[in-house]
Amino acid sequence: MPDALEKEAVPTAGGPATVAVVEAGPAPGRARSLWSDAWRDLRRKPTFVIPAFVIALLLVMAAFPGWFTSVSPREADLANNFLREPELTHFFSPEWLGYNQQGQSIYARMIYGTRASIVIGISVTALVLVFGSLVGMLAGYFGGWIDGLLSRVIDIFLGIPFLLGAMVVLVSFDTRTEWTVILALAFLGWTTIARVMRGSVISIKQSDYVVAARSLGAGTWRILLRHVLPNAAAPVIVVAMIALGGYITAEAVLSFLGIGLTEPAISWGGDINRAGGQIRTASFLLLYPSLLLGITILSFLMLGDAVRDALDPKLR
Amino acid sequence: MGRYVARRLLQMIPVFIGSTFIIFMMMYALPGDPIRALWGERAPDHAQMAAMREELGLNDHILKQYWDYLLGLLQGDFGTQIRSRREVTEVIGDALPATLRLTVMAFSIIVVVGIGLGLVAGLRAGRKTDTAILFVTLLLISLPVFVIGYLYQTYPGQQWGWITPVVQDSENWGDLLLPALALASLSLAYVARLTRSSIVENRRADYMRTAKAKGLTRTRAVRVHLLRNSLIPVVTFLGVNLGELMTGAIVTEGIFNIHGIGRLVYSALNEREGATVVGVVSFVIVVYLVVALIVDLLYAVLDPRIRYA
Amino acid sequence: MRGARSAKWVAGAIAVALAASACGGDDGDDGEDGASEGSGEGIVRIDGGEPQNALIPTNTNEQFGALVIQNVFSKLVDFADDGSTFTVAAESVEANEDNSLWTITLKDGWTFHDGTPVTAESYVNAWNWAANIQNEQNNAFWFADIVGYEDVHPEEEGAEPTAETMSGLAVVDDLTFTIELTTPVSYYDYKLGYDAFTPLPESFYDDPEAFGESPVGNGPYEFVSWEHEETIELARYEDYQGDNAAQNGGIQIQAYDSLETAYTDLQSGNLDIIRQVAPRDLPLYRQDLGEDRSVAQPYNGIQTITPVWYEWDATDNPAQVLQGVSMAIDRETITQTVLNGSRFPADSYLPPGVYGYQENADGTITDFNPEEAQRLVEEGGGVPDDRLVIQYNADADHQEWVEAVCNSVIEVLDIECVGDPLVDFATDLEAREAGEVQSMYRGGWFADYPLNVNFLKELYASYAHSNYGQFDSPEVDALFAEGDAAADLDATVAAYQEAEQLLFEQMPSIPLWFNAVNGGWGPNVDNVVFNSAGQPILTDVTVSE
Repeated sequence: MPDALEKEAVPTAGGPATVAVVEAGPAPGRARSLWSDAWRDLRRKPTFVIPAFVIALLLVMAAFPGWFTSVSPREADLANNFLREPELTHFFSPEWLGYNQQGQSIYARMIYGTRASIVIGISVTALVLVFGSLVGMLAGYFGGWIDGLLSRVIDIFLGIPFLLGAMVVLVSFDTRTEWTVILALAFLGWTTIARVMRGSVISIKQSDYVVAARSLGAGTWRILLRHVLPNAAAPVIVVAMIALGGYITAEAVLSFLGIGLTEPAISWGGDINRAGGQIRTASFLLLYPSLLLGITILSFLMLGDAVRDALDPKLR
Repeated sequence: MGRYVARRLLQMIPVFIGSTFIIFMMMYALPGDPIRALWGERAPDHAQMAAMREELGLNDHILKQYWDYLLGLLQGDFGTQIRSRREVTEVIGDALPATLRLTVMAFSIIVVVGIGLGLVAGLRAGRKTDTAILFVTLLLISLPVFVIGYLYQTYPGQQWGWITPVVQDSENWGDLLLPALALASLSLAYVARLTRSSIVENRRADYMRTAKAKGLTRTRAVRVHLLRNSLIPVVTFLGVNLGELMTGAIVTEGIFNIHGIGRLVYSALNEREGATVVGVVSFVIVVYLVVALIVDLLYAVLDPRIRYA
Repeated sequence: MRGARSAKWVAGAIAVALAASACGGDDGDDGEDGASEGSGEGIVRIDGGEPQNALIPTNTNEQFGALVIQNVFSKLVDFADDGSTFTVAAESVEANEDNSLWTITLKDGWTFHDGTPVTAESYVNAWNWAANIQNEQNNAFWFADIVGYEDVHPEEEGAEPTAETMSGLAVVDDLTFTIELTTPVSYYDYKLGYDAFTPLPESFYDDPEAFGESPVGNGPYEFVSWEHEETIELARYEDYQGDNAAQNGGIQIQAYDSLETAYTDLQSGNLDIIRQVAPRDLPLYRQDLGEDRSVAQPYNGIQTITPVWYEWDATDNPAQVLQGVSMAIDRETITQTVLNGSRFPADSYLPPGVYGYQENADGTITDFNPEEAQRLVEEGGGVPDDRLVIQYNADADHQEWVEAVCNSVIEVLDIECVGDPLVDFATDLEAREAGEVQSMYRGGWFADYPLNVNFLKELYASYAHSNYGQFDSPEVDALFAEGDAAADLDATVAAYQEAEQLLFEQMPSIPLWFNAVNGGWGPNVDNVVFNSAGQPILTDVTVSE
């Protein structure tokens, strides 16, 4: 399709949809104020402030778990604490959220498990975003043989089913650290971003403001960075933010299947997986880590949404 | 159009070879020798191991093995399982119908409910309905599929007794409803959100203004122009998603006891049945490639600016 | 998923192969027992899974295949709950004076499900076929004791067999044949209780592959159909001549991927018998199903942690330190909490259902005793590097108990202790064989036949293949040799019992617990009894219509 599209698609002579003269996109000089406008906008929105606060808290938890609890997540007292019920009034004490099947404090394990989820989610997203956007943008903008080649590479990786591919990669490691999981997820995950980016670049590069910029003699990189990227970024950010939660989930799902992080790493996914064995007698084992996992994913999603709304020039 | 399709079909060949090759190499790199494993904890019978390796062609160079595998594929031969000595085509053939039914059902749910919710939310952006839908989709995305699966199984299934918690008969569409819902949840939420954001963006597009100016009714404007244009990213997502669904079924099929592709590939992976894993993946890749082609053709239908000669 | 994982041949599964499906006629406590009179027509629905090999007795070595084979075929002999043997398809199994020649006489009048008679040739031909290396049967090694095995199954790689038959097998008449052994074995009748020692009909040789999809046996049930990954159906064989004729109309084996799913089905009445409930349901299943419709009893399997001596020789007195480590493990608490009663604390190197089991063989070495543990470890020179590493395979449910054992050891001995999960059992084995275990590995053994010899010689003889810890004790070897040369079974068992006492002084491994069967059944069926191999005796089950 790409080369066909390049030559045969008719940019302006389409159906009624494109007949009208398009209101100019953001002028190049306004790019900076687009971001500061967005920031001014965001500061006041609770849908941004609340998740941002939660995420900040999670980051602190990930960096300094010792600030939040005095007990070690590995300390076990099987004889006395086996599946001990939560003491919901003892806030932030080791027994607050109960004890697991090894007699370890669930609260402490949740605090210490934050790091794995956060690190995995953010690192995979960052890797995928940089690499995927780059590939997608180049393919979509240049078309021709570059698109042909990159699209084939995207297709090859996209053809490999995500979960299954990650399983095959991970199953070959005895010890799986955060980095093993991050690389496995990024290795297979970048294509979604690349494809979405490519799709939106293709439709954007035919818009009048890009055509105009090009006819005014703007350089390729300038067009890409100033015109194409800001306008193509919205769907990519939505997808990436959703994907971030998705990567955290993916780690949990892989752990559920027994191929996520391995001991002695502590992760919510791993603990949720192990809680499955006690679901009938001690559902609090499943409940609290799931809740925190859910809240984390939710926060990133909401944050992504808010940022997207603020950034999208068409919504202004 | 015909020429375009032909060219696309030709382009699929290197993609197919590339992705099967990656999986083939990854399977090859796995530790654990499936032949040795046949003896479990006992002393392995080296003579017999050698004979089996020879017979299965495991002594050849990896590239030769891959080449033989490709040649076999051309003749419809997906290889043989090490343990059962069954033809992989037969094994996949047995597992496929259940997964296909599950996928079709989940996919329909995703398309109908996902786009529906997204459309409603997009058109009512900023109002209560929008917020409610947004909240539901967020909830679905933030719960891992196995938690959703367990929830569905426990409440409508076991506690309230509305529906069978475990699939008895994978040919019964009613039985498949719960697993299909569980499988669909995540993608459904994605689709709803994509549709919504796309609709919100396009609602203010000039062609909508033009349409209104032309005096089109709101319904017609939405249906003919807005929806059509807004669906482009959604269609992309759906295309990518179909192949994912088939393997995403690994968790769902496990929880609901469906004997499909997902669980087949999971156990094959654990048992180092390379031929089965690569076979399933090859199949999923073909499905994916064909869907990708259809998606690109759909672009032309949805976006009149795109034409293929 | 769990099911799929545990479905693996995991060596242990061989164990299950022993399921004495044919323990029936259990001492005639029920008058209506008998071939002529099958009472119920109801079908028993039991949980199972996809057999991993073609359904040929000499090829099946995992539990799902075994479940079919054990009901479609009747073995020559079978085992009672105390580990003693009784005959099923054989009229008699007798040894000559020095136990080197065994004579099998078959019961008269038996037929295969295709109507052809079961003769001495049906056995001899089947075993010759299976032993032949060209037929690549997983259980071929079971015939290795027979004279002439080398000729049909040469040890050298790539060598062709030089004979079609084993010279040690001789047909005397239609119902009699003899087995000549390369070395005398006083307990060979125990080995004959394995699934592989069953007959095959003439029709088998026409198309072994088709047979593997649709086996024809001599057992209480005939094979009806196999819908891959879904169900396998067996029907009562009306002309069955054995004492353990089916009391129900047939069996439907339903494939499950997870034990949880099977349990859900049992509760909603879509399944009659579950052989093992999932960890999730362990705490409550006896309550859910009722004490009279569920069972928790030990069966013939044991779990140990085994030191590798190439690492442990570093300390002054490894045996003493290991005794101390053993006493640092709170088996009682761990089996009741983390393992939810799915294991019973071990007090011996072999489970109670095994012939030759001695109660409290260990003295106090498996008792939890922190002070004594600390003393022994200190006096013995301490754990090498003050660090225990327990290697296990991550493809089965071992993580929780390994962690609990480590926590117990850490608490008592104040040393480092971690689990070392390897991807899967094959990788685990490869590390053991290569001598790359860091300190200890998880050992598990299930009875091939319920005799103490099987639990001791295969694991702790210096020359045993499965002695991955490289334990080497001339005294123990000598006692084993004495037992092997003994004139009769009792003398053999006694020598091995003496060896077991010695093992507790030398500590080739630390016994942890015996496996348990946690099964249950629904209101539709009655007379469900599990044998010492952990399997329900299906022929005895009655179905209320």
